[in-house]
Amino acid sequence: MNMTQPIWILPALPFVGFLVLALAGRYLPKKGIAATGIGAIALSFLYALYLGTAFLSDPAHRMEFTLWEWIRIDSFVPSLSLSIDSLTYIFILVITGVGGLIHWYSAEYMAEEEGYARFFAYMNLFVGFMLTLVMASNLLVLYLGWEGVGLCSYLLIGFFYRDPANNYAARKAFIVTRIGDTALLIGLLLLIREFGTLDIQTISNNATSVLGANTALATAVALLLLGGAVGKSAQLPLQVWLPDAMAGPSPVSALIHAATMVTAGVYLVARTHALFILSPLAMQTVAIIGALTLLIAAISALFQYDIKRVLAYSTISQIGYMFLALGVGAWSAAIFHFVIHAFFKALLFLAAGAVILALHHEQNMFKMGGLYKKLPTIFWTFLIGSLSLAALPFISGGFFSKDSIIWYALASTNGNILLWTLATVGAFITSLYTFRMIFITFFGTEKTHVHYIPGKTMTIPLIVLAILTTFGGYIELPHNIAHVQLFSEFLSASLPAVSIKSTLPPEGILQLVVAILSLAGIGLAYQLYYKTEPTYKTSPVRQFFLQGWNFDKLYDTLFVRPFVWVSKTNASDAIDEVFDYVGLQLKKLGNTLAMSINGQINWYLASMVIGFIILIVFMIW
Amino acid sequence: MIPYEIQILVAAFLFAIGLIGLLTRRNLIFMLMSVEIMMNAGAFAFVASGARWTQADGQVMFLFVLTVAAAEVAVALALLILMHKHFKTVDTNQLNSLKN
Repeated sequence: MNMTQPIWILPALPFVGFLVLALAGRYLPKKGIAATGIGAIALSFLYALYLGTAFLSDPAHRMEFTLWEWIRIDSFVPSLSLSIDSLTYIFILVITGVGGLIHWYSAEYMAEEEGYARFFAYMNLFVGFMLTLVMASNLLVLYLGWEGVGLCSYLLIGFFYRDPANNYAARKAFIVTRIGDTALLIGLLLLIREFGTLDIQTISNNATSVLGANTALATAVALLLLGGAVGKSAQLPLQVWLPDAMAGPSPVSALIHAATMVTAGVYLVARTHALFILSPLAMQTVAIIGALTLLIAAISALFQYDIKRVLAYSTISQIGYMFLALGVGAWSAAIFHFVIHAFFKALLFLAAGAVILALHHEQNMFKMGGLYKKLPTIFWTFLIGSLSLAALPFISGGFFSKDSIIWYALASTNGNILLWTLATVGAFITSLYTFRMIFITFFGTEKTHVHYIPGKTMTIPLIVLAILTTFGGYIELPHNIAHVQLFSEFLSASLPAVSIKSTLPPEGILQLVVAILSLAGIGLAYQLYYKTEPTYKTSPVRQFFLQGWNFDKLYDTLFVRPFVWVSKTNASDAIDEVFDYVGLQLKKLGNTLAMSINGQINWYLASMVIGFIILIVFMIW
Repeated sequence: MIPYEIQILVAAFLFAIGLIGLLTRRNLIFMLMSVEIMMNAGAFAFVASGARWTQADGQVMFLFVLTVAAAEVAVALALLILMHKHFKTVDTNQLNSLKN
C-alpha cells in the first residue's frame, strides 16, 4: 500500500479547470478557454500515466489516500478517501485519455457555438466527478461522484437551452436516472445498517459473514444496487432517457453518453461484485437484463433515421453486453468490452458529429449519402469504429471483447444457451444496423451539400481513437487462439476470474458461428441498403421500433399521467387552503401596517417615545 | 442644600420639555434645540447623582455629554444647511421625500 502518492490531484485538476472556466471564462479568449479545458484533462492523464509506473511496481496494485473525515454520525464515520486499484486505474485511463481526446475535438467542434467557456467548464466538472466516482474507496464518495456526473449530464444535455425540447430531454434524463439513484441510495442505507460502514474493502471482505450467501437480504442489497446501475447505464426498464439525451452536443454524447458516465453502472456492479456473488438471483437478473436490453436496443437501432439515435441505441445495446458479462460472472470481460466500447463508440460519436457539422447540423441519415468521397478521413475512421461495433473478426478490437462475452454467456457456470442465443442474435443485428448506417450515410447519392471540411483538431482525435480501437483488442486474445491475456491478468488483483463449466462445446465452432453471423449482417446490409437507394418508409411496425418499443408511451400512461392527475387534483386541497389563508391574512396585515409609514418624522418620534415608555413600564413592573 | 429628589424632578421636567418640543415642533432648528435640552437634562441628572453619592463619575459623564452634544450640533447644523440649500425648507412635514 502506497500512502505517499497524492492521488487526489487526479480529480482535483479537472475541478480546478472547472473553477477557472466558471469564474474567469468570460474574460478568456477562445484559445485560452480551450487550453484550460484540454490542459486540465491532459495534465490529469499525464499524472495518471506517471502514477502507473509506481502503481505497476507495487505488488499489491493498490494506492490509497484519505483526505479528511467527512462526517461523524455516531459510529458511522465516512472519510473522504480515494483509492486506486487495477479496475479503477483502467477507468481512470479511459476517462482522462478518451476524455482528453474528446475535449481536444470539442475545441473545434464547439468553436461556432455560444457558451464556449460554459461547455468546457461543464465538461471539466464532469471529468472531475467521474474520477471521484471511480476513485472512491467509500460508497458514499462514490455516490457523491455518481450524483455529480448526473448533474453534469443534465447540464450538458440541456446545453442548447434555448430549445425547450432539449430542456425536456435533460429533465427526462435526470428524473429517470434519479429513479435508479433512489434505489441505490436505499441500498446504501441498507449497507450502513448491516455493516455500519460504507468502506468498499470492508464490505467486500465481510460480505459473506454479514449478509450470508443466498439470503433474501443479500439479494435485496444486490438488486437495489443494480437499480442504480440500471438507471445510470440506461438498461431495461430505465433505458428511455438515453436516446433523448442525444439533444446535447456530439462531444457530450461521446464522452458522457457513450464512453464514460453510462458505464458507471457497469463499474458499480464490478466494484461491488462481492455483494452480487452472494446472490445467484441478482446475478441472473443482471444477465437477463443485459441480454434483453442488448436485443431490444439493437432492434430499435435498426429503425432509426437520426444518426445519433442509432448510436444511442447501439450504446444501450453494447452496455447490455457488458451487463450480460457481469451477470455471468465474466467481470474482466465486461471491463474489457467497456474499454474497447469507449474507444469505438467515442470514435463513432465524434465522427458522426463531424458529419453533422459538415452538413450544417443535419442528423437525418436519409438526407446524407455519398459522403465517402467528400469526407475521406471521417469515412475511414467511422468505418474502423463500425467494424469494431460490428465485431468483425481479427481486424477489430470489438471482436475480441464481444467474442469473449458471448463465449462466457454460454461457458460460464452462470451462463446458458438462452443467453448465448440472445447475444449471438444481437451480434447479427448489431452488424446489420451498423452497416445500414454506413451505407446510408456514406454511400449512395449525395443529398446534402458538404459546406464545411473538419480541420485537423477534429480529425486527429478520430485517427488516434481509430488506432486504439483497432489495436486495443490485441492485449486480450481468446485463449484458444493465443495466450495473451494481459488485460484480465492486470485486473485479477481486483476482480475474480470467471468460473467455467466442466463440459463445453468446442469454442472454435461457436466463435465461427458468431463471426459468420456478423459477416452475414454486413452482407445483408449491403443487399438492402447499398444495392438499392435507401428511402425512409413508415409503417405502424416501423414506428413502434422507431419509438424504442413504445416504452415512452407505456410509462406515460402508467406513471406520468396518473402522477400529473394526482398532482393536479391535489393542487388546491384543504391543507393548501390553510396555508393560502395564512398568507392572505399576513399580506393584509402587512398592508395595514404599511400605512404607519407616512413620512412624518414627528409621528415616528412619537411612536418611538411610546415604545420607550412601554418598555420602561414593563421594566419597573 | 436642595434635596436630591427635587434635582431629579427638575431634570425630568427639563427632559419632558425637550421631548414635547421635539414632538410638536416641525422646524428642524427647534427640534435640534429640543434635543439639546433633553441631553442637558440627562447631563444634569448625572451631575446631581454625582453630588448625591459624592462621586466624580457624574461630572465626568457630564463632560462626555457636553462633548457629544457639541459634536452632534456641528454635524446636525451642517446637515441642516445642506438640507436647506437642497430643499429650500427645514419644515419636516415637507421633508418627506423618503416616503414612496
